[in-house]
Amino acid sequence: MTANNEALALETDSISKHFGAVRAVDELSLSIPRQGTTSIVGPNGSGKSTLVNLLSGVLPLDGGMVIIDGAGLRVVHAHETPAHGLTRTFQEVRLFDQITVWDNIMVVLTERKLFPSLLERVRPANRRKAQDILESVGMWEKRESMAMELSYGQRKLLEIGRAMAMDVQTYLFDEPFAGLFPQMLERVKDIMKQMRADGYTIVFVSHNMDIVRELSDRIIVLDSGTLLAAGDVEPVLGSEEVIEAYLGA
Amino acid sequence: MPVNIEGIREFARLAREPSELVRHARGNIGLWLTLIAVAAAAVFMLMSGTKFAVGAATLFAIWAILAVSLNLVVGYTGLLSVGHVGFFGIGAYTMAVLTSEAPYEQLRTGVIPTFGWPFFAVLPLCIVLAGLAALIVGVVFNRFRDDIFVLVSFGFAIIAYSVFLNLRSVTRGAFGIHEIVRPQIGAWTFDGNVAFLLLALVFLGFVMLISWFITTSSFGRVLTAIREDEQAIEVFGYQATHFKLAVWVISAMMAGLAGGLFASWTRFIDPNSFILLESVLLVSIVILGGLASIWGSLLGAMAFVLLEEGMRFLPFIPTEYTGQARQVVLGILLVLLMLFRPQGLVGRFRL
Repeated sequence: MTANNEALALETDSISKHFGAVRAVDELSLSIPRQGTTSIVGPNGSGKSTLVNLLSGVLPLDGGMVIIDGAGLRVVHAHETPAHGLTRTFQEVRLFDQITVWDNIMVVLTERKLFPSLLERVRPANRRKAQDILESVGMWEKRESMAMELSYGQRKLLEIGRAMAMDVQTYLFDEPFAGLFPQMLERVKDIMKQMRADGYTIVFVSHNMDIVRELSDRIIVLDSGTLLAAGDVEPVLGSEEVIEAYLGA
Repeated sequence: MPVNIEGIREFARLAREPSELVRHARGNIGLWLTLIAVAAAAVFMLMSGTKFAVGAATLFAIWAILAVSLNLVVGYTGLLSVGHVGFFGIGAYTMAVLTSEAPYEQLRTGVIPTFGWPFFAVLPLCIVLAGLAALIVGVVFNRFRDDIFVLVSFGFAIIAYSVFLNLRSVTRGAFGIHEIVRPQIGAWTFDGNVAFLLLALVFLGFVMLISWFITTSSFGRVLTAIREDEQAIEVFGYQATHFKLAVWVISAMMAGLAGGLFASWTRFIDPNSFILLESVLLVSIVILGGLASIWGSLLGAMAFVLLEEGMRFLPFIPTEYTGQARQVVLGILLVLLMLFRPQGLVGRFRL
């Protein structure tokens, strides 16, 4: 851990993940400061999604340590990440398909412990919060629909709304812009700009360099599971090795 | 919902405006199926005489308890278990072993002690023992999901049957246990069939109430999220294994209750009542009625009992074939239902 870890939201210490012979993430060390927007870019198969899955405990680490909000974890349990102030969305939208839009939000607002959750009905505070979230992502009219009945763009928005309902410090968005129509895309961009202004830490994976330039404060470039470059957006994207990784070979 | 209030309201409205009937006939399948099932039950009672009908109704109450409890696991949590009959059997054998005073002696087992405890002292034990067994089994089962879960629950059903058959010093093996007592409060015994039916219905109501309480709570909402995407709900801070284990144990306890009732009602049990087929029929009832619907499970159980008992009276099937014919008809019905209405009679969900 570095001396200034107070300012870091996320850190990895030579973490690895292998799928058979493929080294998806290979002894990767990086740090993501608190607040502002950090984008993760890299060619297909460079380990971006694997990194997000490792940070959120969806995949187990093969080695190394993840440091979330100052807490060093050699094993990241997914269900403990919110307590460390972390939540995420998925590359392929993973909503709870056969429950309502309303319940998709409510389910992350409610009691985590077994017995209290048995006794809990809908709390007025949670009801208000769910309504706020659904209105802010423009899904209030759809609240009675099953999540599976939504369009792709609406599903993306609802998933982002579900993450926002967690109200944590750090958000990992895995390809939040992929496959969106321009109108929806603007909406997601606005949401993320608002979150940045509100002082949250946003980490997002994207292939869209225009959006990366527009939204990012910092950028991390991965290649073959290793760190290629990190830092301010323009110098990194202008560097020769980054251009080579994208265009060459 | 334990009671289909919407359906009843709708029915009242339709009764005032008969012209609306046809337009709604397609829309509210649940209502019509309920009406058909109730009408069939009434016809059945008229045809078969009250004594037989009361017996069928008791059977319905027991199957309904089982179906409602299994629906918590299969319908709400998405764990397709075909091992439920094991917990049903544990409840039944607990009741049988502890209440029966029938003597039993064989060379291999010697004299088996009898206890002769009263029904209401044993019933809590039926529930607790089934719950304990579920806790132990569940800790292991929690590692599995989807198709593998079906297989391991299948294994549990086989093991449970094998234990009932072969642990002769407790279960008396294939010989079965006779003279299981009926419930008794003071000097008054639930000996009459109607009295026992009422008792069974009270327990059914109790089980439905608990299920309703669970499924309308935050806990229940988490269960449905686990059904949809277990890994995703973990990311939001829930330890899915704990929730799965809790509902698994609760469901098994309800099955243990049903087992205790069943043993006391039939007054004789042997391992053949707890074969895998019973579990498969039970899963069929739950799917047929509608996943994640308490009302659907009731409807499924009612349809099943009507079908099973009612087919005795069909004139064109010789009586010696009715047993097999019931399974054939039920199988065909299930295939048809999955083809045309995969969400079950009144459910909204698919497996």
